[in-house]
Amino acid sequence: MSAATLSRRSFISASLIAGGGLLFDLNVPLARAADGTPTILTAFIRILPDNRVIIGAKNAEIGQGAKTMLPMLIAEELDVDWAQVTIEQTHADQSIFGGQVAGGSRTTPREWVPTRRAGAAARAMLVSAAAAQWGVPAERLKTASGKVSDPASGKSLTYAALAVAAAKLPAPDPEKLTLKDAADFRIIGQSIIGPDTPAIVAGKPLFGIDFKLPGMLYAVIENCPAFGGTLKSANIDEVKALPGVAHVLTIKGDGQPESLFDGVAILSKSWWSANKAREALKVEWDDSAVSGFSTEGYAKQAAARRTGKADGDIIRKGDVDAAFAAAAKTVKADYSYPFLAHGTLEPQNCTALFKDGAIEIWAPTQYPENGRSLVAKALNLPPEKIRINFTRIGGGFGRRLMNDYMVRAAVIAAKLPGVPVKLLYSRQDDMRRDFYRPAGWHGFRAALDAKGKLTAFHDHFITFGKDGEPVRAAEMPEYEPPVEFVDNVVMEQSFLSTNMPTGWLRAPGSNALAFVTQAFLDEVAQAAGKDLPTLMLELLGADREIPRGDRSPPFVTARAKAVIEKVCAMAGWDQRARMPKGSGKGFAFYFSHMGYFAEVVEVAIVDSMPKVKTVWVAGDIGSQIINPLNAMHQAQGSVIEGLTQALAGQSITQVAGAVEQSNFDGHPLLRIPDTPDILVEFIRTDYPPTGLGEPALPPVIPAMVNAVHAATGRRIRSLPVTPDMLA
Amino acid sequence: MAISLTVNGEKRMVDGDPAKPLLWVLREDLDMVGTKFGCGAGLCGACTVHVDGNAVRSCQMALGDVQGMAITTIEGVQATDAGKRIAATWVAQDVPQCGYCQAGQIMSATALLAQTPKPSDADIDAAMMGNLCRCSTYVRIRAAIKAAAESAA
Repeated sequence: MSAATLSRRSFISASLIAGGGLLFDLNVPLARAADGTPTILTAFIRILPDNRVIIGAKNAEIGQGAKTMLPMLIAEELDVDWAQVTIEQTHADQSIFGGQVAGGSRTTPREWVPTRRAGAAARAMLVSAAAAQWGVPAERLKTASGKVSDPASGKSLTYAALAVAAAKLPAPDPEKLTLKDAADFRIIGQSIIGPDTPAIVAGKPLFGIDFKLPGMLYAVIENCPAFGGTLKSANIDEVKALPGVAHVLTIKGDGQPESLFDGVAILSKSWWSANKAREALKVEWDDSAVSGFSTEGYAKQAAARRTGKADGDIIRKGDVDAAFAAAAKTVKADYSYPFLAHGTLEPQNCTALFKDGAIEIWAPTQYPENGRSLVAKALNLPPEKIRINFTRIGGGFGRRLMNDYMVRAAVIAAKLPGVPVKLLYSRQDDMRRDFYRPAGWHGFRAALDAKGKLTAFHDHFITFGKDGEPVRAAEMPEYEPPVEFVDNVVMEQSFLSTNMPTGWLRAPGSNALAFVTQAFLDEVAQAAGKDLPTLMLELLGADREIPRGDRSPPFVTARAKAVIEKVCAMAGWDQRARMPKGSGKGFAFYFSHMGYFAEVVEVAIVDSMPKVKTVWVAGDIGSQIINPLNAMHQAQGSVIEGLTQALAGQSITQVAGAVEQSNFDGHPLLRIPDTPDILVEFIRTDYPPTGLGEPALPPVIPAMVNAVHAATGRRIRSLPVTPDMLA
Repeated sequence: MAISLTVNGEKRMVDGDPAKPLLWVLREDLDMVGTKFGCGAGLCGACTVHVDGNAVRSCQMALGDVQGMAITTIEGVQATDAGKRIAATWVAQDVPQCGYCQAGQIMSATALLAQTPKPSDADIDAAMMGNLCRCSTYVRIRAAIKAAAESAA
């Protein structure tokens, strides 16, 4: 992923000018406040004549709150009141706005300093303009509520009155700007509702699927059910002759699920008509190369690989064989989990208009620059001929880090110059053309000495790979806990091959690895005669920072210990033995996406299934909870999503190279009656704030299965949980 | 074939296939895109509207089935007392995350409140369990319905 940071260009004002939205034209002179148009201060800030401020939000809004949070950071340092602020979504251009990826819970840690600087830069320009006008040193001037004042003379001017002069000043050096002390924050730390909430509630058109252009045609694409199958023939002319069908086009695949599969596109003025016309479509596919892949086949291959030699090591340290030979006790268990779909409620879609050798795109995408490069390649267009506009996004969860829908809409639009095209996947397409969370199998062994100390840990991870490397989202890092806390470790992996496109699902990697490692460590703790919080605290040991190389921040043991102790206090962990029969509490801790989370789940077994009553969450995401209201939303949503993965019956299965499930009956979600009480507390620590879209999710799954063990004595070692496991 | 229906109190004529689902008539023929397409199979509730006061899945109602009936959509529901109160608490509690399912949630919640002014938790479960929320805003949906019930004059 691109990590382009906020460039100097983001601060420079005089070359920038407003149009509808944050449009920029380098050749137009600066607008004058006097004629009623806004004055552009920076790429992110426009000041209106009535002293209202329009702040650009540069990352896609997928329900994670970025459209609220990023402008909060700017408004704080600009020193305006939130009531003055109107938020607009920017378009996608990382040369102006810096990186625009909405993923990995990275927006907060990445933007915490640069986006505040964008606000501070504009404030500094306004202060300089006032200082010049009054002939006083800038240092003695104050700002508040969108005004610059001079306490010595009692003079005061609004930002609007200073904006035109300020916009002519050179942008300050971002590195030299002074940011506010946390004690002076007036917006950061306040609960602020989403800027689109009233429009959502009123049913206004906001989402990609809602966007319309005059003369627009709707498109559907039929692909081979088995991923990678190729088109042999289709009754194109027959379908073309159907009433309401405008065009039927064949699409040539490029072998990349991220861009194009062979397919047939049907276009109509009505999406319903286009989709209905598929009933008459007869296609002959060649799926001979991919029809051998199946869930049953993977399970057999995984079972066979378990006993054999692994393909390679992830990490090997100490002497595992010697530790097992000397062990007082050993623990052994196999764990597994299935493929999962994202199932965003808004199906994948994209609108595109190709005209005069350039294309304009309106896309619900989490990662527009990736889409731009794929479109550039597919259409053989220079990147600057591709304009990408964001729409609000009806759920991301990592699905829209991929841009298949964008490339496909662009390819269809390029065949019909001047005609706007909206590609919309049906639910069946969406579920059967996903980039799935990969399935995986883990064969664990642990050795304990006579004192109950964990002396050796062995995992044979069977995953999916190609050319000796894991496929996307199928890797396990070499620091996967408890690697860093055990002297003798072997983590090795073997690869199965698949035609399933794989991808990042909220808390990628972690959503599966937390389950298997924390559930197995609960077994280890039991064998050692202790509980999992005690085992974890022992393993974590002395306070220290453990470096993890380039791919992860260091692991701070004191932060982990603090959330573990906190959640145990919140949940009454010490009194858990007093629970009624058939009920239990389970614990898990996990560190992912820079966030430290410990969770306790209380379950009761009802009709052979765990009914989750309460979830306690203790988290540490640093010094600030930027928007406490949204923080609660993210924590609640992560907890329920984790429980959904484990308890709703989700499992994507494959027969003859194709996915079997096609709708929410086959890949269900938890519903309102399944919702537990969720109690969340944050520990503030002296570290920069980090993201909250993901890290509260991973521990809830192992905490839940550990609670099932406490309630029933049975171990859940495979997901999803089904009634036969507890009958 | 021209079919007449009443949408948010206004008489509308639609010339189209009587088999076309009401969802797509609203979105395509009447340009009212507040009602959302989620599954096309009555499984997710994103397309919920009121037909003669009852919450129904508009993807499962054909145009021909709703001839002459009174349809209320998310665009018009705030004209009702229950709709207004639900909308107000939905905003105050910032119920939406991505927001895509919320039109359907609000339509189901409004029908519940109009018929059961003081709903119990069991009433809320029964009325709302057909509406999926992929972001899992269920905690706030329940709280907002209760707050709207409390806000009755």
